[in-house]
Amino acid sequence: MSRYLGLAAILVLALIAPFFVYSVTLMTILVFVIFASSFNLLLGYAGLLSFGQAMFFGTAAYITGHILKTTGVSLEIAIIGGMLIGAVMGFLVGLVAVRRSGIQFAMITFAIAQFVYFLLLQSEFTGGEDGMQRIPRTEIFGFIDLSDNFSFYYFVLAVTVLSIAFFYRVVHSPFGEVLKAIRDNEPRVESLGFKPDRYKLVAMTLSAGMAGLAGGLKATVFQFATLTDVSWHVSGEVIFMTLLGGLGTLTGPMVGAGIVIGLNDHLAQFGEWALISQGVILLAVILFFRRGVVGELGAFVRRYKAGGRK
Amino acid sequence: MQHTEQQSPAEAGSPAPEYALEARGISKSFGGFFAVKDVDLKIRRGSVHALIGPNGAGKTTCFNMLTKALQPTSGQILLEGRDISRLPTSEVAQQGLVRSFQISATFPHLTCLENVRVALQSKYGRSFHFWRSLRAVAELNERAMALLGEVGLSDSAGLAASDLSYGKKRALEIATTLALDPSVMLLDEPTAGMGHEDVEPITELIAKVGKDRTIVIIEHNLSVVSSLSERITVLKQGEVLTEGTYAEVSSNPDVISAYMGGVDEL
Repeated sequence: MSRYLGLAAILVLALIAPFFVYSVTLMTILVFVIFASSFNLLLGYAGLLSFGQAMFFGTAAYITGHILKTTGVSLEIAIIGGMLIGAVMGFLVGLVAVRRSGIQFAMITFAIAQFVYFLLLQSEFTGGEDGMQRIPRTEIFGFIDLSDNFSFYYFVLAVTVLSIAFFYRVVHSPFGEVLKAIRDNEPRVESLGFKPDRYKLVAMTLSAGMAGLAGGLKATVFQFATLTDVSWHVSGEVIFMTLLGGLGTLTGPMVGAGIVIGLNDHLAQFGEWALISQGVILLAVILFFRRGVVGELGAFVRRYKAGGRK
Repeated sequence: MQHTEQQSPAEAGSPAPEYALEARGISKSFGGFFAVKDVDLKIRRGSVHALIGPNGAGKTTCFNMLTKALQPTSGQILLEGRDISRLPTSEVAQQGLVRSFQISATFPHLTCLENVRVALQSKYGRSFHFWRSLRAVAELNERAMALLGEVGLSDSAGLAASDLSYGKKRALEIATTLALDPSVMLLDEPTAGMGHEDVEPITELIAKVGKDRTIVIIEHNLSVVSSLSERITVLKQGEVLTEGTYAEVSSNPDVISAYMGGVDEL
């Protein structure tokens, strides 16, 4: 019961937030909530460390932008286009990568992501070093005009809520149960008659599709797409967010995204101090708070309850 | 299963082959060194068959080949008369040959119920349904609870596997294996690392589930071996030393010398 109250409280907060905080910052957080959750689906629930998650995010941002610039279709079609591109890429990368695990999987995804980066750098349509500018924000469903940031925030919020519901469903599905078993003990799952690679491939496709959705949204929020979106920095940042928030929990990546974006926003005036502080925080998390913010909080509450019962 | 056209003489119209699992001259070499050499095994249907031998005798390698975790360098493995020499582990498991692991192989972050339900999903056909809630597999809960009951874990259904005692983890593992309703179970040192108080219940449990199944076990604890197994194969340096009942094997002078110093135990 208290869980529903908590959810309702968060939703109310999200609804009134743009009256107090700059809506573009809020939208950035939401975009990264989806993006970090997509990464968490792989690492937290399938045990796959993707070090190239930005390739799905960044490519989708370009594709969504390109569709909007050249066709003038309504906004959601363009975002779905980016999402599909992400999913297809995830499937293809997965075909190569899921046979490997651990550091090898990370290296393969990283290598392919670098390849994609240079491909996009050389491509005509991306604008190369200059990036893709002035992406139009067309009407949603062809008739709802959300060109101002304040109202666009509510569209992004709606997409985020649907995405979180999607992640929740996947994690708590028959498929999710097998996926978690693979994360816990892959040889055992195989000995029970499953082919783990196929499940990982599906997870990879779903995750990349959601990363693509985040990328498409990002392109419409900022109305530009650049090489930064496909760079390994972004791949690294999303790992940071997930670890900071709490791996393998649904709320962890959300909290992590909020903290990191908020921090970047506040520390931007101090230049590289922002990066240095990120490094210090990451170190602290790895050394002392392995479970991340949400994980540690959960553990604390459990300890507290156990203590109270005695 | 009728479509198998492998070159196994055991079939050819005969109803059911006498042996549930058979190895014919299997060998495994690692860079020229033969860990297992030309081993023949015939596991009679419905029996409990133990593989024993001193350390380094090739028991685990043999076992891994039978479960297809390792591909034999040469030789043939037949499950119910069908050649499984070239099939992957997952396929062999679907055909009814399921293994356990030496190190307890549970899914620590899943509850006991979920541990067993995952295994039940293997043959249920909804394991890719990522868009459905767990209600889609709720039907399996009853069977999962029955299996947990069979191994004495009914009360622990909601506990995470990592919170179980070692002995209970092994019991959970057996329940998970039983979920596939295997015709042949391969148990890798089921009592390894167990305290005295846990050995007996697990031995009883194996005897119970072995009533209508074929079981192959690797086991160091000879009292477990003697109380469970009808046939024993002794391996030494990768080859079969002898095979027989416990009485036959334990009085064999070769076996006694192979176990140097273990005479009293035998």
